[in-house]
Amino acid sequence: MFTVTVHHYLVVSAILFSLGTIGVLTRRNAIVIFMCVELMLNGVNLSFIALSHFLGNMDGQIFVFFVMTVAAAEAAVGLALMIAFFRNKESIDVEDFNLLKW
Amino acid sequence: MYDKLWLIPFFPLLGCVINGLLGKRIKNETIIGGIGTLAMVCSFALSCKYFFQLLGDTVKSHEVVVASWMTVGQLQVDWGFLLDPLSAIMLLVVTGVGSLIHLYSIGYMHGEEGFYRYFSYLNLFAFAMLMLVTGNNALVMFVGWEGVGLCSYLLIGYYFHKKSAGDAGKKAFVVNRVGDFGFLIGLFVLFWTLGKEHGVWTVNFLEIGANAHLLGNGSAVVTLVTLCFFLGATGKSAQIPLYTWLPDAMEGPTPVSALIHAATMVTAGVYMIGRMNGLFALAPDTMLVIATIGASTALFAASIGLAQNDIKRVLAYSTVSQLGYMFLAMGVGAFSAGIFHLMTHAFFKACLFLGSGSVIHAMHHAYHHAHLHDDAQDMRNMGGLRKKMPITFLTFLVSTIAIAGIPGFSGFFSKDEILWWSFASTRGHVILWVMGACAAGMTAFYMFRLVFMTFFGEQRTHAKAKDHIHESPLVITLPLMVLGLLAVVGGYLGVPHVLGSVLGHIPNYLEHFLSPVFAQTQEMYNISAHGSAAAEFGLMGISIGIAVFGIFLAYIMYIKNPSLPGKFVGAFTGLWRAVFNKWYVDEIYDALFVNPTKRLGTFCWKGFDVKVVDGIVNGVGKLVNVFSNTLRYTQSGFAHNYAMTMAVGVVVILTFYVFR
Repeated sequence: MFTVTVHHYLVVSAILFSLGTIGVLTRRNAIVIFMCVELMLNGVNLSFIALSHFLGNMDGQIFVFFVMTVAAAEAAVGLALMIAFFRNKESIDVEDFNLLKW
Repeated sequence: MYDKLWLIPFFPLLGCVINGLLGKRIKNETIIGGIGTLAMVCSFALSCKYFFQLLGDTVKSHEVVVASWMTVGQLQVDWGFLLDPLSAIMLLVVTGVGSLIHLYSIGYMHGEEGFYRYFSYLNLFAFAMLMLVTGNNALVMFVGWEGVGLCSYLLIGYYFHKKSAGDAGKKAFVVNRVGDFGFLIGLFVLFWTLGKEHGVWTVNFLEIGANAHLLGNGSAVVTLVTLCFFLGATGKSAQIPLYTWLPDAMEGPTPVSALIHAATMVTAGVYMIGRMNGLFALAPDTMLVIATIGASTALFAASIGLAQNDIKRVLAYSTVSQLGYMFLAMGVGAFSAGIFHLMTHAFFKACLFLGSGSVIHAMHHAYHHAHLHDDAQDMRNMGGLRKKMPITFLTFLVSTIAIAGIPGFSGFFSKDEILWWSFASTRGHVILWVMGACAAGMTAFYMFRLVFMTFFGEQRTHAKAKDHIHESPLVITLPLMVLGLLAVVGGYLGVPHVLGSVLGHIPNYLEHFLSPVFAQTQEMYNISAHGSAAAEFGLMGISIGIAVFGIFLAYIMYIKNPSLPGKFVGAFTGLWRAVFNKWYVDEIYDALFVNPTKRLGTFCWKGFDVKVVDGIVNGVGKLVNVFSNTLRYTQSGFAHNYAMTMAVGVVVILTFYVFR
């Protein structure tokens, strides 16, 4: 019989995190990058919860609450930034925001 | 009893500070000059008091310690002063002649820009000189030694807007530095040898004198030490090979030449040898070197003096020559005769310089009136001033007779004693006597040439200026009269024994007074002058004869038959040109020392400093530029690149921790 162990959770978590990372590194649309960052955070959250359950310790669950709160705040700030970008450049392509350079 | 000794140098220091800080506001020349002169007179009065106190005292050596300067290991150096017959004589000469020259300066420097600056420097000089002659240890003496050098530099360059004056000041300073190097090395070696090998860590003169014999009579180390000290003396006292700065020092105001470059500072070397006579007597080789250099300088400088036309330059070479006599005396062990000549020379040479200053002052004034720009110091522009300036003439003549060595005047007594010692001393030699006697003849000749060209004959001054030449005011002539009087009577303090016994038992006061300082050394190392009275009278007669011959020759050439010098020059053009150009010594020094040094300096500047030092500094800057220029390409401005870099970095770090 197939049993779901903590390893499976961790593998899923790692896959989610890697997908997010690759997305951040490869995509140009700021909103997609932003969503990829959320994906990375959720990958991490999954591993927190899995380990918390496995170890019978509630600390991980509490940590996830914090991460979610911060992610929500980040979403608010990030979306506001993107609106500001769009107003300036009529674009949310990150390639267009390259003023900080030599 | 003598505990206020420190006040003697303190008064001039006070005068210097007052004039230096407030002089610009005071403005009134009488007050500024008065403060400066008063400071010197106070010192003179106190010196007189202590001098007479010392005369009546049975103990002849007194040390007064004001404060501790430094204590290093077993060495204890004090701000200490020493009063003994030698320093008492020097005090009287420095403060006495100094007071008169300060007074004279009020008249001479009238209306000069920076009048207060002049008096401040002059007081500072007096302070340093008094420190030099009263210090009880070599370090305090060295403070004075350097101080007088500094003041000399400042006062030679007093007319600093003139390039020649600035150059002369620098030359004096640099040449003196060579001598000071010798002084310091000598002191170091002496201090180290006495301390390390004999356990006497000291720089105190009395202790050095008492322990000098530990070094061993005639040993290599004592010869080295004394030669180094003598190198210092040649610098300060303008002897061969370091005399070249003194004639150039005539760029300073004339009273400065009289005080610093004739009467006091340049005698510091003679004083120093006298102060350490116990050490010098230990090194017969050094004594011989000193005597030889002294006699050579006397002869050499006198020969240059024969052909100079600038009134002050003649006197400058005369000073170098007379200083040579003093060193000759020191070298043959005639310490008190050397100090005696130092004293009489201070009187007559100060009088001569001040007299020439009076003439220059009058000439300058006349040219100024007539709007002419002729040279006020060139004797070819003078002549016949006898009637125009009677007081200056008389005092000048008296001093000239004194320096020429005519019996009855001070120079005769002192010079003759030196010549006698150089002949008869156990450390003398007949060659030294011959050199000294020849120099005496030349001295008589060039000094009377100076007098004849300046005061006798027809007036060669420009017709427009002729009638504007007047006698100087009393403030200038009074010091002349006092010094002229001293130039006559000063000699009777040291009448030689053989002459004194004939003239009715006149004792040699000065030698007797100085004997606590010198007699022990002379006895211990068997230095004395022995000979029959007939021999002494015979030599005396010869030197008088030579002097009279010199005067007679000058009379023939410059009064009787003024065309003769021209013919002489025509007959011996080469020789005359060499003498007139000071034997090309300055040019030789330039070629041998000055130019190579300049080239070395230029190399250090353009070769080393610009290329190596600046190269390193600029290279570092350029390297940073190159690196940053390369690194800035990583700053692309694309968020992807940054994110990628971060991810790669994380992977690298994780890999490192996982697989290490």
